[in-house]
Amino acid sequence: MRTRPVARTLQYAAVVCYLVFLAFPLLWLLSSSLKSPREFAGITPSLLPKDVDLGNYSDALSEQGLVRGLMNSLQISIASTILVLVVSLPVAYALARFRSRLRPVTNGWILVSQVFPVILIVIPLFMILRPLHLTNTIPGVVIVYMVWSMPFALWMLQGYVAAVPRELEEAASVDGAGRLRTIVSIVMPLLRPGLIATAMFTFISAWNEFFFALVLLQDPELKTLPLVLARFVGAEGQVQFGPLAAASVLATVPSLVFFAFLQRRLTSGLLSGAVKG
Amino acid sequence: MTATITAPPETPVRKTGRPKQNREAIFLFLPALLPVLLLSVYPLIRGIALGFTDARAGLNVDTSFVGFDNFAKLLQNDLFWSSFRIGVIWTLSVTILQFVAALGLALLLNTDIKFRGVARTLALIPWAMPPVVVAIMWRLLLHPTNGPVNEVLQTLNLTDQPVNFLGDFGTALPAVIVVGIWVGMPMTTVTLLAGLQGIDRSLYEAAAVDGAGVWSQFWNITLPQLKTVIVAITSLDLIWNFNSFGLVYVLTAGGPGGKTMLPMLFAYNEAFRYGNFGMAAAMGDVMVVIIIVFLAFYLRNRLRSQA
Repeated sequence: MRTRPVARTLQYAAVVCYLVFLAFPLLWLLSSSLKSPREFAGITPSLLPKDVDLGNYSDALSEQGLVRGLMNSLQISIASTILVLVVSLPVAYALARFRSRLRPVTNGWILVSQVFPVILIVIPLFMILRPLHLTNTIPGVVIVYMVWSMPFALWMLQGYVAAVPRELEEAASVDGAGRLRTIVSIVMPLLRPGLIATAMFTFISAWNEFFFALVLLQDPELKTLPLVLARFVGAEGQVQFGPLAAASVLATVPSLVFFAFLQRRLTSGLLSGAVKG
Repeated sequence: MTATITAPPETPVRKTGRPKQNREAIFLFLPALLPVLLLSVYPLIRGIALGFTDARAGLNVDTSFVGFDNFAKLLQNDLFWSSFRIGVIWTLSVTILQFVAALGLALLLNTDIKFRGVARTLALIPWAMPPVVVAIMWRLLLHPTNGPVNEVLQTLNLTDQPVNFLGDFGTALPAVIVVGIWVGMPMTTVTLLAGLQGIDRSLYEAAAVDGAGVWSQFWNITLPQLKTVIVAITSLDLIWNFNSFGLVYVLTAGGPGGKTMLPMLFAYNEAFRYGNFGMAAAMGDVMVVIIIVFLAFYLRNRLRSQA
């Protein structure tokens, strides 16, 4: 399709507007994290810091609560990611391979769990976990994350399993391998890219999660990074912008790194439902 | 040797297939079953039921069934209604504006324009960011004295006094809506782009031969072809936006004066600030009913007009 020069110009103008809208907030956060306190006190804020100052980062990292929050978030995200994969893989396999009556039930559950407001779930969760002494503990949050990131993990993994050719498994079973053996030595290696993608997704969603953590963790020792950051916001005025921006940048890094890996996969049709693995 | 003996009886089972498959499927489901039942299915049911009780926070509090009392109280609670109204304004504005913006971006990304890769990557970043960080970032941007937005407005003489976007009654909700659009654009854009790329090129070629202009191609080919994707993503956006919490909690905590008190924030306060579990659950019930009614209505209309 040929495009007229006027239309071209308009297109570029629109792209520039989108770029500014999308990128400017990110650049501002980055530049704020590099500004010296003196520059914040200045009258006119500027996009580029006058001199790059890494002091905010060392300030942020010397903050006790922040480092602890980082460690808590890491622990919780890694543990829940591993658990989700271990528990979801067999289910995803069954969903993709068997015409079981459990399939519509599971898909129904996946849908319902997306529609329900979390407030309805979090109150009973709180009431269930408390007598088990799991509120205000890291294991409590880990199992909650495990269950609540399962719908998405299942949805992704199901597609990846379905993409593994059935003939390979049949060949293995002809050679006398049992179901478990087939899964471990034939399906798993082929699923590796899919497993890694699902793991990254689960990690990101646990790392970013806010609501369940807010309700389940009260002990300052146990708070995750988003909770620690949110508390700094409440204390504005006393809290300096620079270190807050630096901490925010640091909190975004793990998700962004994983996301960079995932991006190709995402844009290449995962969302259109055509998973090729 | 044993293999030759055990093999024959297995053959008939494999031929019928189903019972064995079902048994195997159940075995594969087992590890997930207990946690899901205990921490998802049961809480969902219990959560709905709690709305009909006077449950309160605290360890040994008696809970009794109160029927529709909570709902009757909600009907008379002006604060709930206003929160509800704010929730609807927020959900519709964010979903619609985000859709329009995302469709525009997706159409641009689907052309042979330069900076496509940059724009696509940028469009995805907000997705990866923790909502709390997004909120902090926008608080910096919209800050009355140190924020660049006010700086730009003042330089352009659009305002003579710094605007406290998140703190003023008039601007708080619109400001929060802009942030909502920024956050939600990636998902919507990527989905729409995937839909656009799935449209058969030959349709456009045929239309061009018939002399259809860009505008008419958009209305007669692009939109109808995208319909399923549009319905799917806007439905999801509606649900997510109506249920959203973290972003606005950190941006404004529902303030100033409850101007941005989304239903989820209201219910959260009711439950964990005032300890009224039953009341909060009743609000949750109302939210579920609204979502279901709204979706049923929306999907039925959309799908019917498609036929």
